[in-house]
Amino acid sequence: MTALLEVEGVGKRFGGFVALDGVNLTVARGERIGLIGPNGSGKSTLVNCICGTLHNETGTVRFEGKSLNGLASHQRTHRGIARSFQLPRPFVTMSVADNLRVPLLYAVHNRRGRHLTIAEADARCLELAQSVGLGAKANQSPKDLTQIEMRKLELARAMAAEPQLLIADESMAGLSDSEVGEIVELLIRLNESGITIIMIEHIMRAVMSFSQRLVVLDSGKKIADGKPEEVIRNPEVERAYLGQ
Amino acid sequence: MKSPVFFIVCLAVAAVVFVFGLVLKNDYFFFAGYTVLQYVVLATGWNILGGYTGYVNFGSAAFFALGAYATVVLHKVLPLPVPLLMLVGGVVAGLVGLGMGYLTLRLRGAFFAIATLALAIVLQTLVVNWDFVGGSRGAYIIRPNTLDVAGLQIPYIEYLFGLMLVMAVVALTVARGIEHSRLGFGFATIRDDEQAAEACGVPTLRLKLYATTISGALMGMAGAPFPYYIGYLQPSSAFGLEYAVNSIAMPMIGGTTSWAGPLIGAVLLGSLQQIATVTISSAVNLLIVGLLLTGFVIIAPNGILGLVEKLRGRSGGSVRRAIADNTADPAPTQGAAR
Repeated sequence: MTALLEVEGVGKRFGGFVALDGVNLTVARGERIGLIGPNGSGKSTLVNCICGTLHNETGTVRFEGKSLNGLASHQRTHRGIARSFQLPRPFVTMSVADNLRVPLLYAVHNRRGRHLTIAEADARCLELAQSVGLGAKANQSPKDLTQIEMRKLELARAMAAEPQLLIADESMAGLSDSEVGEIVELLIRLNESGITIIMIEHIMRAVMSFSQRLVVLDSGKKIADGKPEEVIRNPEVERAYLGQ
Repeated sequence: MKSPVFFIVCLAVAAVVFVFGLVLKNDYFFFAGYTVLQYVVLATGWNILGGYTGYVNFGSAAFFALGAYATVVLHKVLPLPVPLLMLVGGVVAGLVGLGMGYLTLRLRGAFFAIATLALAIVLQTLVVNWDFVGGSRGAYIIRPNTLDVAGLQIPYIEYLFGLMLVMAVVALTVARGIEHSRLGFGFATIRDDEQAAEACGVPTLRLKLYATTISGALMGMAGAPFPYYIGYLQPSSAFGLEYAVNSIAMPMIGGTTSWAGPLIGAVLLGSLQQIATVTISSAVNLLIVGLLLTGFVIIAPNGILGLVEKLRGRSGGSVRRAIADNTADPAPTQGAAR
């Protein structure tokens, strides 16, 4: 069985700064992976290269065995990769429900080869909003949401595209303890429904309770990849986080 | 309301306006009305790119002039009836819109605006140096006094007015149709956040090209009958500053997020300008636009429609909204260039 996502020798530089240096990563279908690393280690750049927001200069990203090189972001979404953004980026002039409608109209529609009827789309929007506890606020503007609700909307919108792989980029930064627990629970529930998830996070409690496997980046290189308990005892990882 | 129904309702309203003009028995009504309607089309066209996707185009005059000069060329080569000329003008301006979009849509914000302004200047320079269409001297189009339709002699100005009236109905139907469609949703996501739109599967570049093409085509169609209206076309009038300024100001004053905005703005501002032209002086036009625009930017930045919405919304949740506005600004401002 081929892996769902294969990142092979991916490199990206910004001017003289090497953001990613030959990163390899294989993700099997159904896995829950935690991706950690100090600030500036290249986590977000890697996500951007997988999602097509940035294009890697070397190496290949393969999804379901097919190369994604040269594909734009939206084409990768159509293939089944969804992401949430580090800072929530809702469509501010649309209601919560309409935010969820966009991926339905553009990603799901393309995959099914037919339009959802208006009633189908309405029902699905509400269902998605309810699944993250935003059912009562479906008709409100994203401006009226709290931080955690905004994060939930961000995740719900990624889910609306019916992805096979979800990449959650720091979806818990700035949330309280109980809110972090809520989001982790939500992600685990999604994983149980069959979605492979890569979680990027600084909050170690969340990472440890979520991940089946932990990948560590430092200065654009992968320095560890394995069972979470083993990885955090890895001397190189300790050095990256605490200094020498 | 479905688009065909909307189209028919608009046509009915248009017919009433036309009959009103006939009852008035005043040529000036048609003469001034034509200009207002031309601005309805121009503003609606501009708004498809500028309002729906948020890309501010300062080169409206170029598209208007493309339509007008396409007519001048055809008038010399192959004289066609005006409705066909409008179609040709639309195609030409639409193609240029597509090309401009392809070249400039990687730019954002002020940079895109500057690029469109540059397009207008380049085109004007080309026309000034193109002798076939009269160069800087301009071109005369002698229009007949009347149009013969099945033995009925219709004054030409009434004919042009009628055409522009239908054109305005078409433009409004197109704009409204887009607004309520999947395409309109896509346009709005581009206006709000392009990166998030891509992540949701919206093919942003392709949609932006649709927008520049449709927008350009409508503005070109607004310009195509102009030589027949004015009788003498020179580059400085076809590329006039008032087209660029008005086509931005009218949607801004009316409201940019809906088809009704440009219509309200164009009728209001266009009529005001016509009144000022006959009562004060034509030079006062741009001053009026400037003052109104400044006023609106300060008092109602979302135009008349935005103001109405705000007043209506206030009865519901003014406190909550005020708090949300002050505390949360979820969308980080994006860089100007990608």
